[in-house]
Amino acid sequence: MDGVHDMGGMHGFGKVEPEPNEPVFHAPWEGRTYAINRALGYTGIWTIDETRAGIESLPPEVYLGSSYYRKWELRLEKLLVEKDLAGADELKAGHALRPGKALKRTMKAEDVAGALSRGSFARPAQAPARFKPGDMVRTKNIHPATHTRLPRYARGKTGIVEAIRGCHVYPDTVAIGQGENPQWLYTVLFDGRELWGEASDPSLKVSIEAFEPYLELA
Amino acid sequence: MDHDDHHDHDHGSELSEMQLRVRALETVLAEKGYIDPTALDAIIEAYETKVGPHTGARVVAKAWSDPAFRQALLADASKAVASFGLLNRVGDHLIAVENTPQRHNMIVCTLCSCYPWEVLGLPPVWYKSAPYRSRAVNDPRGVLADFGVTLPASTEIRVWDSTAETRFIVLPMRPAGTEGWSEEKLAALVTRDSMIGTGIAKNPKEAA
Repeated sequence: MDGVHDMGGMHGFGKVEPEPNEPVFHAPWEGRTYAINRALGYTGIWTIDETRAGIESLPPEVYLGSSYYRKWELRLEKLLVEKDLAGADELKAGHALRPGKALKRTMKAEDVAGALSRGSFARPAQAPARFKPGDMVRTKNIHPATHTRLPRYARGKTGIVEAIRGCHVYPDTVAIGQGENPQWLYTVLFDGRELWGEASDPSLKVSIEAFEPYLELA
Repeated sequence: MDHDDHHDHDHGSELSEMQLRVRALETVLAEKGYIDPTALDAIIEAYETKVGPHTGARVVAKAWSDPAFRQALLADASKAVASFGLLNRVGDHLIAVENTPQRHNMIVCTLCSCYPWEVLGLPPVWYKSAPYRSRAVNDPRGVLADFGVTLPASTEIRVWDSTAETRFIVLPMRPAGTEGWSEEKLAALVTRDSMIGTGIAKNPKEAA
């Protein structure tokens, strides 16, 4: 999706402003929002890519005008309603008006320690990897209206395969309910000038993590 | 759109609006049996008190002190870090990238906010902000200047855009004048930003 979330190389956002002694959460509701996300993710009601797609499809003015955890909260409300796990009427009322659906599992306090571990996205390969380190590849010029992890600034660009990272869940299909469809994942390295033209800092190299369907031999 | 503007202009109204929204959401989800509020308390406590960049700093200090560990870390960071017995496993896709006098690494996620939570904790606001996500890939030296860091023009700047489930941690250069230091003492020199690549490790004078 060519949305405002795809920010690499955009101008006009100003300086990066680090905050000294920044707290983990700036208000209690941020922590609650983070924790609700983790607890719901644990139940298996959605995939991480569905949640990313949920944020990306917030209206652009909402995306740009909201703090980070506000986006997370709005995304939660949206996905819960879309998946019919909660009703907009219930969120408005602040109380359940109907019983919940049965979930595979829920996170209890005693589960928390192990449950915050990171899972694996590697899956058995369906076919041998098409590319190997050292291959010159070109990223495809694609513009799907749905979720993709090929950023705009790196489309139609020539780079070199630096590493193969295994075969992983494919975000572009899993985000739209079309299955994990595992694909080989590569680190692809670009010269700054290939991405940004002759005016680029000559010492700049940028890599992306690119799924095989994004690539063709150059 | 920088985050200071947020704090000045709309954080106050957002705060009360969001407090109410999140309270309503949590109540609905708990009443439906989807979440257990005491589990939420435990998650928040874990990220506020246990998970954080001190873990990454221990990893870096060990890599500086133990050549075999450094090699293992660069070969397979997930496996190497597993030996630390962390509360939360890092999963299978952690990659450590090493700074050298020739090359400086910087980590970004231009599309969202991917970050190695298990070793660095939750990312700071600036990491998730539009200024960082937009500029890191085309003006990393400008970003470094925002952090007060200047590198020689001849140093290659390598930016890693975290566009998949692979996660990156920078192994910064060990500061001079730290020969013979214990891992614990070294870890105190390793800042969060040095493991993202927007900073460098502290020198012994700064740490004193």
